[in-house]
Amino acid sequence: MTYPIPETDPVLVRDEVPSDKHVQPPALWRWLSQRDWRGFALPLAVLALWWAVTRFGLANTQVLAPPEAVLVEGLHQIFNGGFVWDLLASVSRDLAGFTLGGLAGFALGTLLGTSRLAELLVAPSFNAVKQIALFAWIPMISVWFGMGEPAKVVFIALAAFYPVAINTFEGIRSVNRDYAEVARVYGFGRLQLWRRVILPAASPQIFTGLHLALIYAWLATIGAEYFLKSGYGVGNSMIDGREHFNMGSVLFGLVVVGSIGALLNQFAVRLEHRALKWRNRAA
Amino acid sequence: MSTLSLNHVGKQYSVKGEQLDVLDDINLHIQPGEFVAIVGSSGCGKSTLLRLVIGLDDDYRGQIRIDGEKISGTSLDRGIVFQEHRLFPWLTVEQNVGLALENSPLSNDEKKRTIAGHLDLVGLKGFETAYPYQLSGGMSQRVAIARGLVNRPGVLLLDEPFGALDALTRANLQAELRRIWEQEGITMILVTHDVEEATFLADRIVVLQPRPGRIKRVVPVPLPHPRNRADPAFVAIKDDVLSEFGHAPRPQLIEPLPRPFGDYVFAW
Repeated sequence: MTYPIPETDPVLVRDEVPSDKHVQPPALWRWLSQRDWRGFALPLAVLALWWAVTRFGLANTQVLAPPEAVLVEGLHQIFNGGFVWDLLASVSRDLAGFTLGGLAGFALGTLLGTSRLAELLVAPSFNAVKQIALFAWIPMISVWFGMGEPAKVVFIALAAFYPVAINTFEGIRSVNRDYAEVARVYGFGRLQLWRRVILPAASPQIFTGLHLALIYAWLATIGAEYFLKSGYGVGNSMIDGREHFNMGSVLFGLVVVGSIGALLNQFAVRLEHRALKWRNRAA
Repeated sequence: MSTLSLNHVGKQYSVKGEQLDVLDDINLHIQPGEFVAIVGSSGCGKSTLLRLVIGLDDDYRGQIRIDGEKISGTSLDRGIVFQEHRLFPWLTVEQNVGLALENSPLSNDEKKRTIAGHLDLVGLKGFETAYPYQLSGGMSQRVAIARGLVNRPGVLLLDEPFGALDALTRANLQAELRRIWEQEGITMILVTHDVEEATFLADRIVVLQPRPGRIKRVVPVPLPHPRNRADPAFVAIKDDVLSEFGHAPRPQLIEPLPRPFGDYVFAW
C-alpha cells in the first residue's frame, strides 16, 4: 500500500502559489468554484422526481402539472399575460403595508420603551390584542375598508406592525444603563441620549423586528389577495388558476411567491449585516 | 487644574426600609496635579465616593467642591474611567473617544486633532477605525482612558480601571498611566483594591474602612518615579497599607446596593 504523498507534498503546494499569481482563472470560474453548490442537490432531486412522476404517468397530470407545463405557463404569463402587473401590484402593496405598519410599530415600540407611564397604560392591552390571530381581523377590515386596496394595505400593515412594535420595545428597554451613565458623564441631553445611545444600542433588535415584519408582510400580502379578492396580484392569479383548474398557473404562482419571499429575506439579511457589522457576527 | 475638596461627605442608602451608612464624614483635600489612590476592601464605599465626585449621584450629605465651587451634576471638567471600559460597541475607537466631545465647544477640526492626539497618547495610533470587538481588554481600557482625558478635565477619576485585566497587561497599563499623569499633570483619583497598584502610582494613599465607609488612614508615598516594586522602601509602604486590612472581617452576606438612576425616566 502506498501513501498518497503526492497530494500533500509541500513542494507541489509551494509551486502552485506563485503560478496562481500569474495565471488568474476567469472571474466566472472563480465565482462558480467558490460557491458551495450542495444546497442545490435536494431541489434538483425533487425536480427530477417531479419530472419522472409526471413523465411516466405515475401521477395525474391534471392535478400535478409537469415541470415543463409550469415553465410554459410561466413564460406565457410573463410575455403575454398580466404577470408584470400582478407582480407589481403585489410587491407595491407589500411595501406600502410594510412601511405603514413598520412606522406605526416603531412609534409604539418607542413610546412603550421610553415612557414608563405609556408602558403601564398601553402594554397590557397591546399584549392582549396581539393574541388575536392575524386572519381573524379580515372580516372587520373588509367591513371597514372594503375589499379593495386600502383593506389589503391595512391588513399587511397590521402583520408588519406587531414584530416591529414588540422588538423595538424590548430593544429599547434592554439598553444597558451603563451606557446611559456614560452619556450623563458627557452631559448628553435627552435627544443626544436617544440618537447617540439608545437607538444604536437597540438597533440589533429593531432590525430583527423589521426583518420579521418584511417576512410577515409578504405572507400577509398573499393572504390579503386570497381573502380580499379584487384587483391584481400574484395571489389573485393563483386563485384564477385554481378556478380554471390550471395547475400550471397555480404552481407557477407558488414559485413566484417563494422566490419573492426569498429575495426579500436575502435583502434584509444583507442590509442587517451591513448596518450591524460592529457586532462581529460574521467572523 | 483644580483643587478638589470633600467636606463631611456622607451617603446613605435605604435597603428594605433600613438606613445603611455607606460613607460617613469623608474629609479630603486634593491638590492640583496630585495623584491620590483610594484603597479599601469590597463594599467600603470607594466606588460610591467616585460616583458622588463625578456627579452621577447628587443625593449625599456634606460638600464636594472644585476650586471652592460646589459641584452639581456631571461636568466635562471631571472625567471618569470605569472598571468595565463601557465603550459603545457600535462606534469605532475614534468615534468612541469623540463621543466625549459631543458637547465640547471645540470646532470639528480641533476635535479631530485632539482625538488623534489622545489616541497617540495612549499608544493606539493606527487603531482609529477598529471596533471594540476587535480590541483586547487592555486596548479597550486605553481607549476608555483616552475618552476620559480628551475633554482635558481638571480631575480624572479612575474606578478600578485595571481590575479586570491580566497581571501583565495591568502592570503595563499602570506604567502607561503613570507616564500620562506625568505628561498631562491632571489631578487623578484612583479607586482600587490593589495596594501595590496604589503604592506604585499614588502620591497619597487613602485607606477606607467599611461599614460605614470612613477614612481610616492617609499614607503618603514619598518615593521618586519610576518606582521599583522590589525597592525595600516601596515594600515597606505597601506592607504598612496592607496591615490596615490585617484583621479579617467577619464573613457576611453581601447586600447589593440599589443604584438610583437619576434624571432619565426610561422604562428600564
